[in-house]
Amino acid sequence: MAESNKELLSRSVFKRNPIALLVLGICSALAVTGQMTTAFVMSICVTLVVAFSSLTISIVRFQIPNSVRIGIQITVIATLVILVDQALKAFYFDLSKQLSIYVGLIITNCIVMGRAEGFAMSNPPIPSFVDGLGNGLGYGFILMSVAFVRELLGSGSLFGYEILQLTTNGGWYVRNGFLVLPASAFFLIALLIWLLRSIDPEQQESE
Amino acid sequence: MEHYLDIIIRSIFLENLPLSFFLGMCTFLAISKQVKTAMGLGVAVLFIQVITVPINNLILTYLLKPGALAWAGYPDLDLSFLGLLTYIAVIAAVVQILEMVLDRFIPTLYNTLGIFLPLLTVNCAIFGGTLFMVERDYTFPESIAYGFGSGASFFLAVVCLGGIRERLEYADPPAGLRGLGLTFISVGLMAIAFMGLAGLEI
Repeated sequence: MAESNKELLSRSVFKRNPIALLVLGICSALAVTGQMTTAFVMSICVTLVVAFSSLTISIVRFQIPNSVRIGIQITVIATLVILVDQALKAFYFDLSKQLSIYVGLIITNCIVMGRAEGFAMSNPPIPSFVDGLGNGLGYGFILMSVAFVRELLGSGSLFGYEILQLTTNGGWYVRNGFLVLPASAFFLIALLIWLLRSIDPEQQESE
Repeated sequence: MEHYLDIIIRSIFLENLPLSFFLGMCTFLAISKQVKTAMGLGVAVLFIQVITVPINNLILTYLLKPGALAWAGYPDLDLSFLGLLTYIAVIAAVVQILEMVLDRFIPTLYNTLGIFLPLLTVNCAIFGGTLFMVERDYTFPESIAYGFGSGASFFLAVVCLGGIRERLEYADPPAGLRGLGLTFISVGLMAIAFMGLAGLEI
């Protein structure tokens, strides 16, 4: 492993972004981006789970028999997700209601499994942890950008605070109802992919 | 009877798993290049959904719910925090068993579904179906109806997308939009089309 930890971190945020390039873990990415708050909390949860599952799996990687490794990885991930889920329910009950089933769905988020299988199984603990952190942040980056556009233009607010005053409150901004709809997330992600791939033509798909 | 029909129709058209809850996106986008493979995937999801949702419902009612273990002499026990871990284990086990059974008894079906089955363990559509069942407190017969409906919704969506993508092969989009980007936009349009069914009731 010639790459330093810093490179590992920045590489997964921009150059090899899990959502834009590898198309992993999009399910939750689309569903929780209606508001900045939910997107922010979701990013933190996913980052924590990816980083610590990579760390744990990397520590025990020599003890895991090859034939049952998927089962062990899922058990580690599910345990971490239960911890996050219980913590959310205990301290931020409203938020956990809003995120509904999507916190539980982190278990089946392909980013977490993909990192465990693709990186942590063959690398020492510290780089695995950093790699997990980077991928979590890369995921968060896309999530927050989509949520930023959707909440700002769709509801005129950010993190629930009013930024653009709505006509319904006597302001000037007519809110764009389309961006509140789930379907808008598809278009925003498509545009984001287009942007990232135009900046870096290496990522374009060939015919 | 009408109630169950309502659950099925609702889960297929109004609460379509991929199009309105974005579940199972990874497989949905990856395996929809052709109608034929998309159909294989759709049938596999339908199959597993019909089996796992009711099984998880039974486990929830008789083992995990607060007070569910009264029959074993532990009326105060609440194991619902073990839910996530149990459901995913059940799904993984069912997928594995199904694979072996199909391989042994129905080889033709196994050859069609074979490659998709292992993928489905980590498919959010399957897991999401179970979680929605838990969140909405379905009874056992309701969970069978919901399992069928949600599986069928995935089937419908993935086959439609497969058809659209076959046509898109002939399109000539900007280089950066080719492939994934264009697929996202088509899915977005499909999601809007499905919203037109809102308000449908039996």
